[in-house]
Amino acid sequence: DGRNQTVMFDTLEDWRYELERTKGNVKYKAVTTNEGYKVSEKLPLYFVVPICISEESILKYEGRGIPIWCWSCHNGAALLKMSAFPKEQDDSTSQMQKAFLDGIYKTISKPPYELLKTEDLSSSLPSLQDIQTAYTRFKHLFLIDNSTDFWATDVKWFSLLESTNWLEIIRRVLKKAVEVAECLERQHTNVLLIEESATDLCCVISSLVQVMMDSYSRTKAGFQSLIQKEWVIGGHGFLDRCNHLHKSDKDEAPVFLLLLNCVWQLVQQYPPAFEFTETYLTVLSDSLYVPIFSTFFFNSQHQKDINTSGESLKIQSGPFRFLTVWDWSVQFDPKAQAFLNNPLYAEKPKPDKSQRKTARFKHQRQLSLPLTQAKSSTKRGFFREETDYLIKNILGKRIGKFINSSDEPPNSFREFYDSWHSKPVDYHGLLLPRIDGPEIKVWAQRYLRWIPEAQLPGGGTIATTAKILELMEEVQSLQVKMDEEHSQGTFGDVRSVPMLRNSARLSSLFPFALLQRQSVKPALPTSTWKDLEDEDDLVKRDDEFVDLGSEML
Amino acid sequence: MASSSTPKYNSNSLESSSTKRTLNDGTSWEQNEEIPRLPGETRVTDKDVIYMCPFNGPVKGRVYITNYRLYLRSENDPLVVLNVPLGVISRIEKMGGASSRGENSYGLDITCKDMRNLRFALKQEGHSRRDIFEVLTKYAFPQSHNLLFFAFSNEEKFSENGWMVYNPMSEYRRQGLPNDRWRVTFINEHYSLCDTYPSLLVVPYNATDEDLKKVAAFRSRNRIPVLSWIHPETQAVIMRCSQPLVGMSGKRNKDDERYLDIIREANGQISKLTIYDARPSVNAVANKATGGGYEGEDAYPNAELFFLDIHNIHVMRESLKKLKDIVYPNVEESHWLSSLESTHWLEHIKLVLTGAIQVADKVSSGRSSVVVHCSDGWDRTAQLTALAMLMLDSYYRTIEGFEVLVQKEWISFGHKFASRIGHGDKNHADADRSPIFLQFIDCVWQMSKQFPTAFEFNEQFLITILDHLYSCRFGTFLYNSESLREKEKVAEKTLSLWSLINSEKSKYTNPFYTKELNRALYPVASMRHLELWVNYYIRWNPRIRQQQPNPVEQRYMELLALRDDYVRRLEELQITNNSKVSNSSSSSASPSQIMSQVQTHF
Repeated sequence: DGRNQTVMFDTLEDWRYELERTKGNVKYKAVTTNEGYKVSEKLPLYFVVPICISEESILKYEGRGIPIWCWSCHNGAALLKMSAFPKEQDDSTSQMQKAFLDGIYKTISKPPYELLKTEDLSSSLPSLQDIQTAYTRFKHLFLIDNSTDFWATDVKWFSLLESTNWLEIIRRVLKKAVEVAECLERQHTNVLLIEESATDLCCVISSLVQVMMDSYSRTKAGFQSLIQKEWVIGGHGFLDRCNHLHKSDKDEAPVFLLLLNCVWQLVQQYPPAFEFTETYLTVLSDSLYVPIFSTFFFNSQHQKDINTSGESLKIQSGPFRFLTVWDWSVQFDPKAQAFLNNPLYAEKPKPDKSQRKTARFKHQRQLSLPLTQAKSSTKRGFFREETDYLIKNILGKRIGKFINSSDEPPNSFREFYDSWHSKPVDYHGLLLPRIDGPEIKVWAQRYLRWIPEAQLPGGGTIATTAKILELMEEVQSLQVKMDEEHSQGTFGDVRSVPMLRNSARLSSLFPFALLQRQSVKPALPTSTWKDLEDEDDLVKRDDEFVDLGSEML
Repeated sequence: MASSSTPKYNSNSLESSSTKRTLNDGTSWEQNEEIPRLPGETRVTDKDVIYMCPFNGPVKGRVYITNYRLYLRSENDPLVVLNVPLGVISRIEKMGGASSRGENSYGLDITCKDMRNLRFALKQEGHSRRDIFEVLTKYAFPQSHNLLFFAFSNEEKFSENGWMVYNPMSEYRRQGLPNDRWRVTFINEHYSLCDTYPSLLVVPYNATDEDLKKVAAFRSRNRIPVLSWIHPETQAVIMRCSQPLVGMSGKRNKDDERYLDIIREANGQISKLTIYDARPSVNAVANKATGGGYEGEDAYPNAELFFLDIHNIHVMRESLKKLKDIVYPNVEESHWLSSLESTHWLEHIKLVLTGAIQVADKVSSGRSSVVVHCSDGWDRTAQLTALAMLMLDSYYRTIEGFEVLVQKEWISFGHKFASRIGHGDKNHADADRSPIFLQFIDCVWQMSKQFPTAFEFNEQFLITILDHLYSCRFGTFLYNSESLREKEKVAEKTLSLWSLINSEKSKYTNPFYTKELNRALYPVASMRHLELWVNYYIRWNPRIRQQQPNPVEQRYMELLALRDDYVRRLEELQITNNSKVSNSSSSSASPSQIMSQVQTHF
């Protein structure tokens, strides 16, 4: 059923719906210029650009130099991406390109567009090569042959981890996403992400920004739609980056995995904010390599189109049909699918009718767990919130421009970050990751799951998750019973079978490895103590300075 | 002055966070008073100062000093509150002189035992600093000024009496002791055999009190091997003691050798007795020079000896110092992981846990009795026996059971809390100080993190124990031994920390706790799973602070409440339906209303 909710972005209507949803339709339009891939085979059939951009300019450089819309923030500021021009040898060509770009910038800096901040990702983020190298090293840390290897690397684990640089890359990417969010949210400034192809780090940053700023992207359908929009239709080169065909000797360039690793940090920092679980992210990452799905198999929409339609794949039994990953029932039965949904998700309360017309959900500040909703609170603060919103709306724009006209203080990022973290979290509002060293962690479920030494029988987060699921089942069966009592129906045994029997004995590796140890033998480290450098004098001292020998005399 | 744009937060101590009338630490706050006070707490002085907050910048405020705490409230917004029991103070230093120039360069620098430093700037004129320095020094270090700890003035009242929690006799009975192999002896009733042991001891049935005296002569500080725990099925035991006094000449003692053999035979065991020496072997060898040592193969042919490579108190102290350097006031920005590794703190935790796992596994699946010792048997030994017991006996994973465990293995068996913490003592550089108990609590936290449903208590319970390890508000951790505590009449004159906790148990209860009997719980002592206890070590940093309350826990509590509500309403419905069979519209809640409330996700 995931398919029905996930917006695929392969039709003009999907884009129009997205523009409407984000209220971006005032300043941005979905265009059909690329029908028949007239503009470029790398671009999707339909995409969105500022209203003022003409068809000719889109066609001029195959879509290069054109700001393509990703998403609009509630205050109207938009997140855009642009494929940069390659470095030209020819001076006159680059002059022309420069003039073209100047023209574009001029057009989109005029009202109704706000100020624009450009963000060249190739200079401010690690390169694809860096990412690839880091991930290759990181991955190797988890390819462990035996127990001896496991314990031998254990003592130096933290420095080994650091030397891969993978967590540092995650940290830098998250930090960049916070910076972009700050521009959009606080400075009301459009942000234009620039990258050579606009299909690698652009996808990572724009997806992360949306996950952080748009609570719809934190629902399952919303997240899947986001992946469709930015990655699948957006033209991320999955085929090349995942190296599906092993065309290159090199390892994969795990750009999409980088995104999932970053989202995982947010999921584990703010569990109630996401409709999906870390298990969902893990199986999604696995699905990258399942060749029955078309979702992550091609470099572009065009490549998919020519490979799935027409003559190319006519097999005796009829046209070959690819499946979409988003239909989770292909891979998992309903019980297994339960692990993809977060039982802790703090659902957004559905506004009742009187509210819906006027109040915007954005301004419901209170944490809204569906079960503890205070019924009276919305009314009391209603008027105040509304005027607040007006004032913010009027002043915000002006202040936004004012701040931007002078030079931004260098610590504006830190201030934004600190001030957000000093307030209680609104799980439906802006969500910023914590990015200090101790907060960035290894996605243990994904990377430790096949290592028997690392399993905790009866432990790990699955232990609490299982308890929550059990309790929810109990609550639901109580509901059924109550209904039956109400309707005076026959009283059968409606207790459903517990999903996880004896949950306390599940391993922390569940549901990926069901290694049930026969004995309860603990895993014993076999490594030896590492030398304590420079502390020899301390090491050799005794706890207390009492000569026992002389005491005995 | 703090700029108005800086976030508002409280660098609070002991979890009180706002100006509410009843603080979370149980302190009541009278309407007409400026500061919260405990019964028995008296105000001594107050003064205008500038608190040099490392996160918010300088904060103008007034500091109040009582015989229990230092309390600071900022003058202006943002509201900054400091609430620091004087017991956590380790060192008070004057910074700057009467002639120092520069803004806020004259004042006091206070080093705390709980991973933070406090800095106050004062006005230079009129000896304003001398008074406050003297008052602080006097009340923070009462032992150095012939004064009593605040615990002796504390007049709080609690509904529970924590001193009743641990009764050694009932604890041994719970373990099924005494039995035909093990007896209770009162030989140490007046602490004449060993002044750092409790008065009641459990020893092999086949060893006479005379034997015990002879063994005592061969064990450091007379700390003979005595029983800590017995396995209910295998009857294998955990014994604890100090090192044998072997010395350079390799002395032997027939009584000690025979005594260990009696222990081995007590559970009908044919295999060898296992001795775990917690120290690295080099240290054990080095100890011979000062008269100590370890059980040699020749003298103890029926025993196997293993060294567990856990380092001494000095190494641990330095390690924590390094940890503080990278987390306070600022968390190391670059190279966090290698910085953390270079403190070795988690490596020490790993080794302690590894040792305890070995002890527990030997007793449980190896069905062999074990003897655990280090040098004196009151630091590393206490860590190992207590952790092994926690792994083997689920009773100790309850709130009450854990209190018993701490009371038994640490307090009654003479972990030198006074020396290791330096309660009320001004000698901050004392080499006897060491965070051994903190390390144990960290190990427990690591276990509770790995097994989130196995412990009845929550993180707050562990943090509260650590806070009051220093606060001197309760008598629980005062003094080095049971004999000294008896002499000072601690149980009569002070309150127990367990009174505070047991009077408000729900606050310290883990909602996910699932009772499981007789299940051995082995943590994975791998760096892949061990993590820095951020909520304790970095709790003063507002940037790092975790969400409180824990959202996962909160959601579960809500579900529990909902279930209870449903059960109650269902019972009501059934009663109504049974009595009014024909009239079904009489019930109070409509089913659709209930359904819409719980749109639970699956």
